[in-house]
Amino acid sequence: MSRSFKIDRKYVPMLATICLFVAGYVIGAIQYPGMARPQTFFNLFIDNAFLLIASTGLTLVILSGGIDLSVGAVIALTSVAAAYLMEHTGLSSLIVIPLMLLMGAAFGALMGGIIHVFKVQPFIVTLAGMFFARGMAFFISLDAITITDPFYRTLSLARIHLIGKSFVSVHVIIAFVVLAVFMYLAHLTHFGRTVYAMGGNEQSARLMGLAVGRTKVLVYTLGGFCSALAGLVFSNNLLSGHGLYANGLEMEAIAAVIIGGTLLTGGVGYVFGTMFGVLVNGLIQVLIIFNGELSSWWTRIVIGLLTLVFILVQSTFASMRRRQASIKPARKRPAAASDGLAAPDTPPS
Amino acid sequence: MAQSKSFWKRFVDSQIFWPLVALGLIMLFNAFFTPNFFKLEIKDGHLFGSLIDIINRGAPLMILAIGMTMVIATEGVDLSVGAVVAISAAVATVLINPALGQQLIASDKLVENVTATPLPVVILAALLVSALCGLWNGLLVSRGNIQPMVATLVLMVAGRGIAQLITGGQIITVYFTPYFFIGNGYLAGVPFTLFLVAVVGIFTWLLTRKTAVGMFVESVGINVKSSFYSGVNEKNIKLLVYVISGVCAGIAGLIVSSNVKSADANNAGLGFELDAILAVVIGGTLMTGGRFSLAASVIGALVIQSMTTTMYAIGVPAMAAQAVKAVVVMVVILLYSEQFRNVANRVFTRKEVRS
Repeated sequence: MSRSFKIDRKYVPMLATICLFVAGYVIGAIQYPGMARPQTFFNLFIDNAFLLIASTGLTLVILSGGIDLSVGAVIALTSVAAAYLMEHTGLSSLIVIPLMLLMGAAFGALMGGIIHVFKVQPFIVTLAGMFFARGMAFFISLDAITITDPFYRTLSLARIHLIGKSFVSVHVIIAFVVLAVFMYLAHLTHFGRTVYAMGGNEQSARLMGLAVGRTKVLVYTLGGFCSALAGLVFSNNLLSGHGLYANGLEMEAIAAVIIGGTLLTGGVGYVFGTMFGVLVNGLIQVLIIFNGELSSWWTRIVIGLLTLVFILVQSTFASMRRRQASIKPARKRPAAASDGLAAPDTPPS
Repeated sequence: MAQSKSFWKRFVDSQIFWPLVALGLIMLFNAFFTPNFFKLEIKDGHLFGSLIDIINRGAPLMILAIGMTMVIATEGVDLSVGAVVAISAAVATVLINPALGQQLIASDKLVENVTATPLPVVILAALLVSALCGLWNGLLVSRGNIQPMVATLVLMVAGRGIAQLITGGQIITVYFTPYFFIGNGYLAGVPFTLFLVAVVGIFTWLLTRKTAVGMFVESVGINVKSSFYSGVNEKNIKLLVYVISGVCAGIAGLIVSSNVKSADANNAGLGFELDAILAVVIGGTLMTGGRFSLAASVIGALVIQSMTTTMYAIGVPAMAAQAVKAVVVMVVILLYSEQFRNVANRVFTRKEVRS
């Protein structure tokens, strides 16, 4: 019976984040009565819906052992391109929305293709992709474009009432659908298992006969799709498009994924945890707003520190796991014969 | 004759050749499409012209590229250079600006040509803080065993917050003329920044080529494990390159803030990390570490800067120019990649077989 009380170590980082969020919110609610209102809680989701969508896509990319730095730039590009198509060419939003999603997916597929075919590091390719997307956004328009499309406006203002007077926007529903789909993809499909295997060890995954190349391209395609969807939600929220939107968002998204308990080297983590990574990010902002004295730049410093803590925790877990399996890195004990027994760690001279 | 031929061959095979070709191509493009590009004038005893402009504007990038080259040579990467530029600029301007903190002072006193701290102290403090940033990165990478990209990401995210913390969230403007000399001054008719690049370049060249440090850096980049077994203290080598990169970013921060006479924590050095990495990649140093060439990276930085200047000259908006830059860089990286060479070789050999 005691087995049910034992928490598997692989869940610890995610559970830590969930506890951090709950504790942070409870303390905040005690300190500032305004935070105890249900609407404040739902606003957390409304304000961060786009970040949740983008981070969910990014989680899969990171799980596969890659990285996508183009997230923020693709959001900006989508917002501008969508606004331009709707305002200056008169296309209906019903055509523009699928077009933008297709563009994002194609952009992701292109980056994934380059990464796979030319074996260039994902970091470099997506960094170039980030600059390309942001530059293209400014090629389309240097100024912000306001969106007046009626359907887009209706979508933006739609409210879905939950308990009492509190409500959420359509964006939140979209974000949760994306989250659910990605959780299904990651944990219940062949594709998902391949992603985890690739993140663990790409060489082994390939030797096992898994379709590494196809999966890799698909992962980046899904990432690009999510970024474009996040861009649509973002522009729908503000009803405008501009190349400077979501500046530096890629870092926030990566931080959310890491804080959500995903190992940045890939192979370990949960899509579900990312949601709490995003919520912690939002919570810090809310706390700073409610506090009123702390300035906004504390958000970045706190997020940076939290990211570091989670990286350190993860790397400690990783080394513990290694020690348990007694597959110690050779350089740690060059002289000792590998007899399968765990020996005390001897640091190199 | 044979001697000169072998010199030519050595030159073609060296890392510096292809970046020079790229630079030559951009110059050739400018010769045709940008009027007065090569015009050099002497005004007030200083040299003026687009070429001088490229060198002056490209100085921070060249210095960053030197630091980044050594980091990349150890199979690392430093994403935090842009943030460190902002921190260094923030430290320097805050120390100069007499209105430190929240105290209110008369506006005429604020714009006075004075400094709150002696200039040498200002410069030393900025460089010290940047070195500390580098040390932080180096410790995370070498002692914390965190991948370089992740470790430097932390400072990249938090660094701009720290810079804002230092400046109190404001754009600090300074009115101290001697400080402007760093970014705008001329020495013997040539921009002072060029001398700074030369000093940094010569120092790192002496360090890497006249001592064993350069060899250690390359050996760490090629194989960490075997370097360790050969008695190279790979941890301290890694620590060293990140500190050097941090100091380089600090110098760049001084130049940038002195050039625009202010420090903007949000925008100072924005996107520098990409430019610096690109400069190194164009310079032919592989992202996987190993052999590096400081001179080739400096030329790589010049290639990027002249590309940017050219695009401005033909009327591409500053923000849009980065799309073109991204494409150029991607092409360069693909040309360098082994897979592309293999494909190219296969295509050529196939043709031979058919004919």
